[in-house]
Amino acid sequence: MNFDLTDEQRLLRDSVDRFGREHYDFPVWRARVLRGEGFDRGLWRRMAALGWLTLTVPEAQDGYGGSAIDTMVVMEGVGRALMLEPYVGCGVIAPALLPHLAPGGHSALLAEIMAGEAVLSLADAEPGARYDLVGVETRAEQQGDSYVLTGEKSHALDGAEADWFVVPARTAGAPGDAQGVSLFLVPKAAPGLAVHGLRAMDHRRNAALALDGVVVGADALIGARDGGYPLLRHAVDLAIVARLAEALGAMEAAYEQTLVYLKTRRQFGQVIGSFQALQHRAVDMAIACEEARSMTYLATLSLGAEPAERSRAIAAAKARVGQTSLFVARQAVQLHGGIGFSDELAIGHYLKRLTMIDMAFGNAAHHRALYAAQAA
Amino acid sequence: MDLALDPADLAFRDEVRAFFAENTPASFKPRVRAGMRLEPPEFVAWQKLLHARGWGAPSWPKEYGGTGWTPTQLFIFETEAARADAPVQYHQGLELIGPIIFTFGNAEQKARYLPRILSSDDWWCQGYSEPNAGSDLASLTTRAVRDGDHYVVSGQKLWTSYAQVANRMFCLVRTDPDARKQAGISLLLLDMDMPGISIRPIITMDEIHHTNEVFLDNVRVPVANLIGEEGQGWSYGKVLLDRERGVTAATTLRLSQQVRGARAAAAAARTARGRLIDDPVIADRLAQLEIEVTALEMMVMRTMAEAASGQDSGPRASMIKVRWSELLQEVTEFWVEALGYDAAAFAQLDEANAAGEPWPMLGMLYSRVTSIYGGANEIQRNIIARRALGL
Repeated sequence: MNFDLTDEQRLLRDSVDRFGREHYDFPVWRARVLRGEGFDRGLWRRMAALGWLTLTVPEAQDGYGGSAIDTMVVMEGVGRALMLEPYVGCGVIAPALLPHLAPGGHSALLAEIMAGEAVLSLADAEPGARYDLVGVETRAEQQGDSYVLTGEKSHALDGAEADWFVVPARTAGAPGDAQGVSLFLVPKAAPGLAVHGLRAMDHRRNAALALDGVVVGADALIGARDGGYPLLRHAVDLAIVARLAEALGAMEAAYEQTLVYLKTRRQFGQVIGSFQALQHRAVDMAIACEEARSMTYLATLSLGAEPAERSRAIAAAKARVGQTSLFVARQAVQLHGGIGFSDELAIGHYLKRLTMIDMAFGNAAHHRALYAAQAA
Repeated sequence: MDLALDPADLAFRDEVRAFFAENTPASFKPRVRAGMRLEPPEFVAWQKLLHARGWGAPSWPKEYGGTGWTPTQLFIFETEAARADAPVQYHQGLELIGPIIFTFGNAEQKARYLPRILSSDDWWCQGYSEPNAGSDLASLTTRAVRDGDHYVVSGQKLWTSYAQVANRMFCLVRTDPDARKQAGISLLLLDMDMPGISIRPIITMDEIHHTNEVFLDNVRVPVANLIGEEGQGWSYGKVLLDRERGVTAATTLRLSQQVRGARAAAAAARTARGRLIDDPVIADRLAQLEIEVTALEMMVMRTMAEAASGQDSGPRASMIKVRWSELLQEVTEFWVEALGYDAAAFAQLDEANAAGEPWPMLGMLYSRVTSIYGGANEIQRNIIARRALGL
């Protein structure tokens, strides 16, 4: 039982934080999003060159051979600096899924992604299924050696920037069944695929997909035909845990900036941090940060536990981190007063990022319901 | 970073688990589960049982008769106690005055008092609060005037838990009325049979006699009963802050008991549409409480792991105390709500009608004091804001 980072993990944390300070100074970040630009491809390649995308790739495959704890370390820094880069799709989901690509498939893709040359996005949601991973209606009909994909995907994180998509589609069973879900690798230029890019409030450039008879080969299958769900679940669990760490980094930054503001802003002839109502609020924010850190650790360290324990821990953590992080972000705005409502300060952007993270893969209410169902 | 216990700790866990399974009296369990305190003779019996096993003082160093356990072992011990519905050890001797005596007391005081705390032959009560010194404890006015080899103590103490069964009291008194607030305070050890001490019971809203007013009328206390130096009494309390992590772990980990009880009550309750626990609103509320308790348990686990490796946990122990009391209240409130009209069966009116077991209601009522005692939650927030947040 210990919660200490290894020396290597500390170095990684410091490296990510330094990178964040050097390249994501808030005015620079804001100028970039005001220009309507997405993430910075140059910075992304530098992150790749630093090896951050290969953390969970085995050493035998030229990766770093690390674990979800390393991912957590990076994602805290991603949240703290409000990074816009598609780390979840490329650094978490791609290494979890692409090793299972069928023989003859685009086996070089993982290396391209690890080099920062290609971007992958998971289209995890459908219009009628909300956050339910098994609610897959998109169909994949086999025609000879090919599959024809038809359906709609409502959300693909960073999808407007993606070169490739992982598309869950049904090869058997009915929506709601875990069995019969297959995963397909689809290039963005595939005929019949329409990528509807939309910017979210946190300046992530996501997409909805319409698939109208998209033809892919059998070598585009990831994992077994009909048996893609466990792989999808695994990848999504890793992605959830990564986003918990991102939330943690963002909420702690919002809290720390608020604490500085309380100690410097003067009203009524004194710093506003001398007022007890604000002190108590700040303490509740500090407690919320401690709870979120504890739950992030729990979820991360439970990834290797047996399935029931693992899914309960992840559901509990996703619910609580969602609640506590939004509490902190909303209070950060409140305690900043008028300036907290301004787009010119990072505080509001933390609230927007945390709103989107809570939504990702199911919000607090969704995961609390999952938790309750498992407890019964 | 990992959650796993090493083989030695796993073996220790099995040993502790077996002990609690074998030795926890069945009669304790329903009340412990509801978050109630046991009766004083039961506390004494439990302490003697642990002492006989060599576990009388889980958090004390070995040289004073403690177990010398690591924080990880303490965490395991308390987790297993919670699992078995075993009670928390009564803390006023063991966790409040004992550590002050072994840190600041002289050799004679250590030899005289510590063994009798371990064996529960002494029951200590705490003479701190006064009618006009609650949250603002340092404004206490009980006077101790030096007269030869004695202090003559006069004043009034309030909220003195179990003064009615205690044979000793550790008491904050003002020895220098002219010194600045905290500076004139000393810590004296009183025997409750000293002439001039009288007790008035205070019945609390759970209809239990936990606590008292204690009147001190020219009580002659030997100077040998002074802890440390005159005028330094206030500063001795600081040792408790350092030990707070262990006490916090012991009480906080018991929340799982109340959650278990509340869940069982919701599962047993029937409505016209089936089990209460299958009502989505009820299931959702219960899940929320369980998730918050899980977060708090993880905070305790991190705190104990940090203690094991000698790291500072900052204000986390105070944060845990705040959240623990809030959650204890919410969980026991939920439990009583789940009982529905069964919660009206509080006490017996006549021999023909048995009242059943009012423990959840008593636990819920008792829980109200947990956000007040030991520094009200508002005071805790003041302290965290000042010491940790620098506000």
